[in-house]
Amino acid sequence: MAYSKELLEHYENPKNVGAFDKNEKGIGTGLVGAPACGDVMKLQIKVSDDGIITDAKFKTFGCGSAIASSSLATEWIKGMEIDKAQKITNKEIAEELSLPPVKIHCSVLAEEAIKAAIEDYKKNKENNYSEDDSEDDSEGDSEDDSEDDKNEDKMAVKKHKKN
Amino acid sequence: MTVKLPIYLDYQSTTPIDPRVIDRIIDVMKNDYGNPHSRSHSYGWKAEELVEIARRQVAKLINADEKEIFFTSGATESNNLAIKGVAKFYETVNKKHIITLTTEHKCVINSCRDLEQEGFKITFLPVQKNGLVDLNVLENAITNETSLVSIMAVNNEIGVIQPLAEIGALCRKKGVFFHTDCAQAFGKIPLDVDKMNIDLMSISGHKIYGPKGIGALYIRRKPRVRIKSIFSGGGQERGIRSGTAPTQLIVGLGLASEIAFNEMEQDYLHIKKLSKKFYDAVTALTHVYLNGDLEQRYLGNLNFSFAGIEGESMIMAIKDLAVSSGSACTSASLEPSYVLHALGVDDELAHTSIRFGFGRFTTEEEIDYAITLITKKVEKLRAMSPLWDMMQEGIDIKSINWKTH
Repeated sequence: MAYSKELLEHYENPKNVGAFDKNEKGIGTGLVGAPACGDVMKLQIKVSDDGIITDAKFKTFGCGSAIASSSLATEWIKGMEIDKAQKITNKEIAEELSLPPVKIHCSVLAEEAIKAAIEDYKKNKENNYSEDDSEDDSEGDSEDDSEDDKNEDKMAVKKHKKN
Repeated sequence: MTVKLPIYLDYQSTTPIDPRVIDRIIDVMKNDYGNPHSRSHSYGWKAEELVEIARRQVAKLINADEKEIFFTSGATESNNLAIKGVAKFYETVNKKHIITLTTEHKCVINSCRDLEQEGFKITFLPVQKNGLVDLNVLENAITNETSLVSIMAVNNEIGVIQPLAEIGALCRKKGVFFHTDCAQAFGKIPLDVDKMNIDLMSISGHKIYGPKGIGALYIRRKPRVRIKSIFSGGGQERGIRSGTAPTQLIVGLGLASEIAFNEMEQDYLHIKKLSKKFYDAVTALTHVYLNGDLEQRYLGNLNFSFAGIEGESMIMAIKDLAVSSGSACTSASLEPSYVLHALGVDDELAHTSIRFGFGRFTTEEEIDYAITLITKKVEKLRAMSPLWDMMQEGIDIKSINWKTH
């Protein structure tokens, strides 16, 4: 299977691996895919007050194309307005990485992950405006996610130290 | 000592040819090019003699008579010939039922599927969690209409060894024929067609350090097993398999069989040592699971699931090792392995499986290199896996409402 140079570069040296604290202000988290299908993508964005994505992180369980797609997605959206990031399509990602046809779904997942992260960010922002009862709005799996985040922070710290 | 990269750890897909076999094949190609079926000159006689020597060498390895060995193009053809051949011969006496396993090689499964299309009744038996057939389940599946039970010896994906002697005894007791696909077993584990009551056995050349394109089918003479041949032609191989016998390949298979006969113990000890070292190191990474029974196994095949790491990304990460993924992301289909599925391995773990195969020419230095590389890459890939994080936190991945796509 011949992969493109761009794909291999993103796979070998993935950009922006890590996680943000989900509960921090301005963070949006998207978790898409399913383990049974062989890929799960977690993409997080940090958004400034004026709606610019200042930073992005990802963690992906998936094939090389899935990892490369998420790495590329985080690179692209950094510095972008959320409205513009919202418009990134899987086609652009697939083209940039020259994904083979059987791997197109990886780029679809990356697009979905960006959209899910933005949606989550917007939801969090609304909840913050609607005062302290925001906790009632939390979804069933939010507890799991926050536990998850504690660990990711550890991982992120570990990674930084290594670097 | 430096190792040559990538390191070949895919001995189930094929093996390197033993240099002794290569030399012999070249010699035959240069000097003994006669058609073994030519009766009118010495070129033919010499080639025929070489073919018959090889037939004895193959027979000896499984304690068969040389007249019971028929050369084919490989195990796929042998499996087709055995299953379709028996089915179609005994169809005339109202035996239209065949039993096999869900974990068999595709060529067995698809031969059975073809027969199903033609009106035969096929039972695909499930296996237990360890990959082995339950003998009670097998016994209950046999009916008065059953002509054949086809169960492989060593599984190509996970390396488990089915209880051949017990299956053979059961089939003999019930009066049905027992065919076994021994592509992965012949020359690697002791096989005895009499002690194990095997009626038909498929054999491959290129899995035992011999050439590709050659195999054999053992067909028992006493009590006689009859088959309907597939090919129409000159009636070579006593009418069982028409087509000119490829002398040089047959000689290669014969010599590879003789070497396997003489060196089986030595090969076994070598592989056992490497296998144990590799198993201990890889399982120490934690959350690494061996697929298939730990004891009933050919040690040259270790199929692991690395929790939290998708198989194809692992293969890319360890590209210095030539291995194969049980997870089918490497093929055109994105479905995980049907063999692991049959064992009841969860899809998420099936997607993380990789098969490591060792053999006669694998060195300890290569295993050491592999262990170091795998350890490093498992750490790297788990550090970027959202599932690994969840597992570390004790979150049951199944409890999350995933949107399957």
